Amino acid sequence: MSRTALLCLAALAAALVYPLLVPNYLVNIGMLMLFTAFLGQSWNLAGGYAGQTSFGHVVFFGVGAYTSTILQVTYGWNPWLAWPIAMLAGGAVGWMIAVLSFRAGLRGSYFALITLAFAEVFRILANSVPFTRGGLGMLIKADQRPENFQFKDSIWIYYLALALCVISLLIAWQIARGRFGARLVAIRENEDAARALGIDVFAEKVKVLTLSGAMCAAGGTFYAQKYLYIDPSIAFGVDKSVEMLLVTMVGGAGTIFGPLIGSVALTVINEATRGLASVVPALKNVQPLSLVVYGVMLVLIVARLPDGLMGLFRRRPRHA
Amino acid sequence: MFDPQIIFAGVLNGLLAGGVYVLVAVGLTLIYGVLHIINFAHGSLLMLAMYAVFWLWRLLGVDPYVALPLVIAGAFGFGWLLYRGVIGRFSHGRDENILLITLGLSIVIDNVALLFFGGDTQTIDVPYAGLFVEIGAAFLPLPKIVSFAASLLLCAVLGLYMTRSDTGKAIRAVAKERQGARLVGIDVDNIFAISYGIGIACLGAAACLLMPSYYVTPTSGHAFVLVAFTIVVLGGMGSFIGAAVGGFIIGITEALGGLFLGEQLGQIGISLIFILILLLKPTGLFGSRA
Amino acid sequence: MKSSTRKFSRRGFVAGTTAVAASGLGFPAILGAQPAPVKVGLIHPVTGFVAYNGQQSRLGATMAVEDVNKAGGIKGMGGARLEALLGDSQSKVEVGVSEVEKMNEQGVAAYIGCFQSPVGIAASQAASKYNTPFLIDVGASDLIVNRGLKNVFRLKPGFGVCVDQGVAALGALNKAAGGPAKTAAIVHESGEFGTGTAKLLAGKLPSIGIQPKELIAHDNPTRNFDNIALRIRSMAPDIVMMSNYGNEYMLLARTLFQQKVNVAGFFSVLGGGFNYKFVKEMPDVSQYMMDVNHWYNPRSDKANALKKRVEAGGALFTFEVYLSYSNVMLLAEALERAGSADKEKLTAALAASEFKAELMPYGPTKFVNGQNRGARPAVMQSLKGDIEVIAPEDVSSAKAVFPRPKLG
Repeated sequence: MSRTALLCLAALAAALVYPLLVPNYLVNIGMLMLFTAFLGQSWNLAGGYAGQTSFGHVVFFGVGAYTSTILQVTYGWNPWLAWPIAMLAGGAVGWMIAVLSFRAGLRGSYFALITLAFAEVFRILANSVPFTRGGLGMLIKADQRPENFQFKDSIWIYYLALALCVISLLIAWQIARGRFGARLVAIRENEDAARALGIDVFAEKVKVLTLSGAMCAAGGTFYAQKYLYIDPSIAFGVDKSVEMLLVTMVGGAGTIFGPLIGSVALTVINEATRGLASVVPALKNVQPLSLVVYGVMLVLIVARLPDGLMGLFRRRPRHA
Repeated sequence: MFDPQIIFAGVLNGLLAGGVYVLVAVGLTLIYGVLHIINFAHGSLLMLAMYAVFWLWRLLGVDPYVALPLVIAGAFGFGWLLYRGVIGRFSHGRDENILLITLGLSIVIDNVALLFFGGDTQTIDVPYAGLFVEIGAAFLPLPKIVSFAASLLLCAVLGLYMTRSDTGKAIRAVAKERQGARLVGIDVDNIFAISYGIGIACLGAAACLLMPSYYVTPTSGHAFVLVAFTIVVLGGMGSFIGAAVGGFIIGITEALGGLFLGEQLGQIGISLIFILILLLKPTGLFGSRA
Repeated sequence: MKSSTRKFSRRGFVAGTTAVAASGLGFPAILGAQPAPVKVGLIHPVTGFVAYNGQQSRLGATMAVEDVNKAGGIKGMGGARLEALLGDSQSKVEVGVSEVEKMNEQGVAAYIGCFQSPVGIAASQAASKYNTPFLIDVGASDLIVNRGLKNVFRLKPGFGVCVDQGVAALGALNKAAGGPAKTAAIVHESGEFGTGTAKLLAGKLPSIGIQPKELIAHDNPTRNFDNIALRIRSMAPDIVMMSNYGNEYMLLARTLFQQKVNVAGFFSVLGGGFNYKFVKEMPDVSQYMMDVNHWYNPRSDKANALKKRVEAGGALFTFEVYLSYSNVMLLAEALERAGSADKEKLTAALAASEFKAELMPYGPTKFVNGQNRGARPAVMQSLKGDIEVIAPEDVSSAKAVFPRPKLG
């Protein structure tokens, strides 16, 4: 255990020093990795630990992004103050979806599909209602001051992403070692058995999806502040949902470090394959090839490591 | 706008649009019903079949309707091989891995298509594209009437095959009880591959029926996937009759939603139906188990 | 030899080239004497949903880079060559920004991109951190140039100008024909570009005596336009206006034709699918359709020569090609005057540019807040399987047919 702790500390130290040593471009990539890991972790709480696979997690991301952006742009709020409200909104939507779908007894693919449908409903609504400015999207005015949640030097946004990622890891760790986590895993492995053990399955699932929604919404605000523009397909597009699920599953769902490892691996593969096309002159006009390689790598990882990349670090196979 | 003539025409339009949705959904529901997986590569494989139809027409001058048996056979073979060679082999029998693998395959297929076929929009200009039947306020284009009739016919044939043939019975046995089927000597892996192949063959048929009135680009298949999921859920996962009825209901909903709420907001009807069905009757209209 | 290369190549160029070609050794020596190349970052979505458009942009820009280099590079910088860095935004904002950062590391002097407005907005914002000029080759949203960023330049007109020109041209046509058009239905894609264009259109149409009856938004992709055709037929407008991307434009046009929707005219503003492929492959459908869009000047020899070259390479001469081509030329001209790739000097040179965008029917370039005020779109009509420019008059190649003959 202490070896793991040491390893974690060393990794944290490396992550802290990293942006001081590398060029801006790599700081930006590092930021993306940590941010995607954070989003992945929010998915992991519900999808990994509790086994409630969602295909529409982006709905929380989008609600967070739109809540803080509307408060900021339309009502002149400070984005830092809007941030917790965005999380509350994401949590509320998580709670609503959970209550509705778990009350109806949805599990497995059925739950996954209903989340997808909710994301789609929100996307269409964001495209149609006036207060989101519909398809025009919302632009946040560039005003690069820290008190305005915008940073001139990209190193700060990196550290913010690092903080988010560390917090998400701590949350996952707390859950994994606590009773809440044990109950979630029991629900994942066998819902009926969990109920027989006296676990309030419905309440636990609602709790975890609410938490997951709030976390993911925090990511939405972060995204909006980093890129300063959102529109319905950025905020509620299926791409982001897939990304969260992908990094977590590739890394290892239901493990603390799965999302982080998955995010690092997939970002590196994506950057490397994309970089390939600009380095090798013969590949210059065959850019799609980089994504072909990316897809093949994804299939191979799954084929070789059925437990995800975390399977590399584990001696015993997981009981699944 | 609320003229009954227009509503009637809208309903007819919706029915015809539903015809092709049915075929896409039938493939999906079969794969789900038997393998219990959600096939993320569905849209990409539909696109591939559409390119097959396009190139047969462009290079050899084969009419899409003439190409129907050929494309169906090819799609079946491709699906079977894909399951045998990649999906079944690499998934280690775990559903979440199949999900990732079909996702990875979808990325590969989309970009291979982009690499070889380019990104521009391809269409087929058949001589009968402009023909139509006029019923009241409705102008029903001939290709859409054909696709409607053909998809009904194909569904019926598939239904018969599933109930009458030995393979069909074996598929249904595997879908109901995997372990039991294995115990009575059914080669479950082979049944999986065949089911996947049939699912993709349905896409081949859908591609032939779509191309006279639609277009193909490396990403054009995805437009049909969400709607196909909705139909599958509406009809009950694994149910053919459900998929057929669901397809028409969704087609009509889309048409009327578009008429009354506007084309953009009207799409919300599909998602709302989807959510309501899941919440109120998760087994769908014709499904047997939750 | 090294120090005299430049004088040598100017003085006796013909003799020099034969000598170089014959020896085969002289060439590297010439290269070695050249100043460091100027790097240009090209960021386009060459994979994903709009891969075709991104690839067309990349084609145009790389052709321009070749042409600049063939013509001796940037003479104001001692013949420095342009070097294109190719980036793929994958249609994603994050990836586009990531490319900006990466290329900044590689020392680009300027960026050109990004096709999609959201990517362009975020990428140019990221480039502004380094004060690097960002030329928007395609990207319709007027949000791009309305943010007060000093590094952003857009040579082409935004949709505001396109709407103004389109409405003016339509008004003139309608007047000349005795005012057959009194009402319009507007069909647009539901994103930033379609919605913005449609709203502007609806506001301006009454000024030429046309009442917008209804705005119909549709998703991308839309599977089926039968219902929109049905609605249009039931409200019987005099003209149908459209503003959408290529696939939906084509599908809508085909559906309206198949459903025999009879109107005085189809008039699109930035109709994404109005191109040579459309009019050649569907001559019946496209016949008499009109579009306000980026277009090349049919009276420009250079544009026609470039068109021949592009078509000889098996590609279509779409607006992405010549817009991206022209943006590289705009940059090259600014580099000439700045005499250096220094970002401040280059930005100042771009801001003061009077570049002659001769491929397009533009007036002299004049940037105000980054938007070229000399830019103007053209109005085209598909006639007998070809595309003719019908306005502005000084570049037109045919007379418009309006109202269109009724469909059988």
